[in-house]
Amino acid sequence: MAADGHDHSPIKQFEIKELVPIDLFGIDASLTNSGAYMLVGLGLIFGFLYFSTGGRSLVPTRLQSISELIYEFVANTVRENVGPKGMQFFPLVFSLFMFVLVVNLLGMIPIPGITFTVTSHIAVTAALALLVISIVIIYGLYKHGLGFFGLFVPSGVPAVLLPILVPIEIISFISRPISLSVRLFANMLAGHIALKIFAGFVGLLLGAGFWALLAPLPLALTVALTALEVLVAVLQAYVFAVLTCIYLNDAVHGAH
Amino acid sequence: MAETNKIGGADGAHKDVHTSTGAHGGSAESKFPPFNTETFAPQLVWLALTFTLLYVLMSRIALPRIGEVIEERRERIQRDLDTAERLKSDTDKALADYEKALSDARSNAGAIARETRDKLDAKVAKRQAVVDAEIHDRIADAEKRIQDTRTKALASVDEIATDVAGAVVKQLIDSDVSPADIRSALSKG
Repeated sequence: MAADGHDHSPIKQFEIKELVPIDLFGIDASLTNSGAYMLVGLGLIFGFLYFSTGGRSLVPTRLQSISELIYEFVANTVRENVGPKGMQFFPLVFSLFMFVLVVNLLGMIPIPGITFTVTSHIAVTAALALLVISIVIIYGLYKHGLGFFGLFVPSGVPAVLLPILVPIEIISFISRPISLSVRLFANMLAGHIALKIFAGFVGLLLGAGFWALLAPLPLALTVALTALEVLVAVLQAYVFAVLTCIYLNDAVHGAH
Repeated sequence: MAETNKIGGADGAHKDVHTSTGAHGGSAESKFPPFNTETFAPQLVWLALTFTLLYVLMSRIALPRIGEVIEERRERIQRDLDTAERLKSDTDKALADYEKALSDARSNAGAIARETRDKLDAKVAKRQAVVDAEIHDRIADAEKRIQDTRTKALASVDEIATDVAGAVVKQLIDSDVSPADIRSALSKG
């Protein structure tokens, strides 16, 4: 066990592996394990929502009521945070929530040598965060024109303080996509590293003669951490959706 | 990759070695995978592809499908509630109508009873008047008859008295006195 320590490095699980090399006009568009997990997630989301509502029954079946529950949950989140005018963004928020949720949870299903968490890569989370912020800025400018930048001028503040407050507001606005992407990325990354390390202890202790007696301790911890990680996976998807709604609220309703 | 190949023990670990050497990903092993910029392009390409597809599928097919069912159910419930509300108000109205009909009937019954009584009273009075008149007539008749009889009887008394006086005078003085004389004598006396 100890000899091949390199293979059990806790960051090995984040490696991108090329499955089908594809070159698209000079861009490396190869299907990787990341892309495959995205496709699986897409298939699961659409497949579940589509087939669970197959009956379209007025009295929902169990699966249909799960679909309706998620639908109502996200719809209420959008309605509460953005208001009725924000419902045009409902499909976007729903897609974001489901995508993050499903790829997070898929990363929690252990398949030796295969399991991969799409959201543990900053490229993916940053792209999603930038998508959200771009939509906020473009829609805000389209809706309020240059008045959208009134967002950086807090109302009811003495003019003397504005030179200090406006840069702060601008910095806080710019840090939104960064915090949005890093939060998700860091949570998934750190969680999976911690799991891997504690699970690794179990193996190390088992191979250490007398110390094998202590092996159940990290095992119990791993089990507890797994439960925590499932919670984090769901929570981070929700946080991502809620923050998206809060940022969209600025775009829809303009300066506060 | 998974956490469990550690939990699974040594045999899982060896399997892991084989799968990882079989894969291509070893090109940038020294770098921390999430910061390996070489892998950004394929990730982003597939993210764009899958997320766009997801968005289209959600907004065009899945969400309208679910929303439709929920909306339909909401409408159905609202319709049923409205129907229930309408039926309840109908019931209330019917009940009020019934109460009104009942009180109407009660007051009608009183009126009819009063009317009937009045009618009967009038009939009785009329009949009584007729009977009274008849009785009155009969009494008058009877009185007239009595009167007649009495005058007739009285007239007879004069005649008898004349006859008797004539006979008495004839016996006493043995002369015939004309009845006219007797009559005048009697009426004088």
